[in-house]
Amino acid sequence: MVMTDPNKEGRFGDFGGRFVPETLIPACEELEEAFREAWSDADFVEEFHRILRDYGGRPSPLTECYRLSEDLGVRVLLKREDLNHTGSHKINNVIGQALLARRMGKSRLVAETGAGQHGVASATAAALLDMECKVYMGEVDVKRQALNVFRMQLLGAEVETVTSGSKTLKDAVNEALRDWVATVEHTHYCLGSVMGPHPYPWMVRTFHHVIGDEAHEQCLKLMNKLPDVVVACVGGGSNAAGIFSGFSDTDARLVGVEPAGGAAVGRGVPGVVHGMASYLMQDEVGQVQEAESISAGLDYPGVGPEHAYLSAIGRAEYPAVTDQEVVEAFQLLSRTEGIIPALESAHALAWVVRESSSLQGQVVLLNLSGRGDKDVDQMMDVLGPGNIK
Amino acid sequence: MSSPSDVGHMEKFLRDRRDSGSKLLVAYITGGYRGWEAAVESAAAAGADAIEIGIPFSDPVMDGPVIQEASQAALETGATPASVLAAVPGLDTGVPHAVMTYYNLAHHPGHERFASTLAKSAIDAAILPDLPLVESGPWREAAANAGIETIMLAAPTTPDHRLPELCEASKGFVYAVGLLGVTGERAALAATATEIARRCKEVTDKPVLTGVGIGSPEQAVEASSVADGVIIGSAVVRRLLDGSGAEGVGDLVAAYRAALDAG
Ligand SMILES: Cc1ncc(COP(=O)(O)O)c(C=O)c1O
Repeated sequence: MVMTDPNKEGRFGDFGGRFVPETLIPACEELEEAFREAWSDADFVEEFHRILRDYGGRPSPLTECYRLSEDLGVRVLLKREDLNHTGSHKINNVIGQALLARRMGKSRLVAETGAGQHGVASATAAALLDMECKVYMGEVDVKRQALNVFRMQLLGAEVETVTSGSKTLKDAVNEALRDWVATVEHTHYCLGSVMGPHPYPWMVRTFHHVIGDEAHEQCLKLMNKLPDVVVACVGGGSNAAGIFSGFSDTDARLVGVEPAGGAAVGRGVPGVVHGMASYLMQDEVGQVQEAESISAGLDYPGVGPEHAYLSAIGRAEYPAVTDQEVVEAFQLLSRTEGIIPALESAHALAWVVRESSSLQGQVVLLNLSGRGDKDVDQMMDVLGPGNIK
Repeated sequence: MSSPSDVGHMEKFLRDRRDSGSKLLVAYITGGYRGWEAAVESAAAAGADAIEIGIPFSDPVMDGPVIQEASQAALETGATPASVLAAVPGLDTGVPHAVMTYYNLAHHPGHERFASTLAKSAIDAAILPDLPLVESGPWREAAANAGIETIMLAAPTTPDHRLPELCEASKGFVYAVGLLGVTGERAALAATATEIARRCKEVTDKPVLTGVGIGSPEQAVEASSVADGVIIGSAVVRRLLDGSGAEGVGDLVAAYRAALDAG
């Protein structure tokens, strides 16, 4: 198996680990233990899947894109994570972590968020399970994702605007970690991607494994074969890890698409921040650089350690697309299929469009990680009401 | 227990002072912040037993608002590890120097290179708060080879069974983290401050200093009733941020010194 458990130090090859202040080490150990124990408890796993089904709307459908496929000459299948409750794949992970937190006797969740989707999902799970929830969000993102800020507040969460550093996802993670250092005894840090200290990258991927499992089965049912290519956008890399994990042992080509302004794997420089050794955008002395992307959810200079590993061993590839290509893909899917994608997910499509000449006749499974309602306001600014093609 | 041969300059210096009956005082100053060099000299002249020099990092997760602000300002005016370290040999302090920074700045150039740069820059010890014991082996070895003592942090949450190993691994002194949380002054000394120092003292005879959350000379005295001394950071840096300059830093350190000496 390619996407197997990390070793006991939490490493995938050279990547991962547990680079957090000593204060948090016992909490990481406790979490790892609780997760191992819960995940081997059939009742826990059943409750997790029951909530994802009855509350989250799983399984998410597999949608064949007839018009788009004809346009591109590539058979495109969408895994519809946008149809989950709260509008993205993030709910899978959050239900898992919130159930685990409750099992561990923790009554409060803290979370970081970029696009606000993980924040909304966390606030939702907290409401469902009657927990307190505080979400840290960079000031830049609070502005460009105002709708999600209000959603979190409606759901009863407290949203704290982070004004340090780049005022985006990276700094929201710092602030959530600082909160957790102070509150670790009763608080669970509900981390939103396959990043952070062990066991998060592994645990979060495990909660998202359901995406890949379902898609694998759905592809077989639809086509009696597996796709040639599996593609997903990569911020921290959770939706990509989820869908890749259903295909990593097949012949499918795995493609994680990064934003050009946040291409951590693309630049390939190892570094350590936010609890993990991985690829990290840094300057020449090791200061972490600010990512710059039109999509708040991908505006992150690092990447989950398992993706660094998959890249290093050559199992997955991580190309980058530009904001301009993303804006076009965003409109293309809206027009041809009647599906407004999240800007994050539009990255995956942008790559398919760009590569379509080399993908002729192939089957591409694309993880549509979220829906674009949250981005409509921002896109009105970008495109202007009169400028829509 | 350490054999005398692996006792470095920082540890020896602090042990001697402690064993002569003095409570220890370490002052932290953010390197690269306007006026930091004069502040370091002034803290030493006012009675600090060692100086911690912060090398500003883009993502200081163990730091509260005061040190974050100073770090960010230093970075914005162009401070780099090289520019900070280059200034240290020229400082007239007469006491040992530690750097306090984050692990990526050691990881990026490589352990050997970073450790040897420290050694060439009149640095005796290093504190990397995001490098916990479980991940610290390779760095500690490279540091030791270059003659750099790695000061480890013991947290209130650190379980008893890990403390002996952690204190054994720590060189220079043991940094007892006084509370659950990031750096910054607090209105009262946390109960955890004396508790963690006591637990460390039970398993090591190295100097044990309490830091994080010390906000007044009275709190320093209270913490030092168990610990061998204290580390003050945000209180010092606040003097730089509010424009009190080296003189303000000197007055502050002198006040802590006097309180600790009076017991
Ligand atoms: C819809 C959507 N897709 C993708 C992401 C990026 O996260 P990840 O790379 O962990 O899937 C986000 C994050 O906010 C998101 O909202």
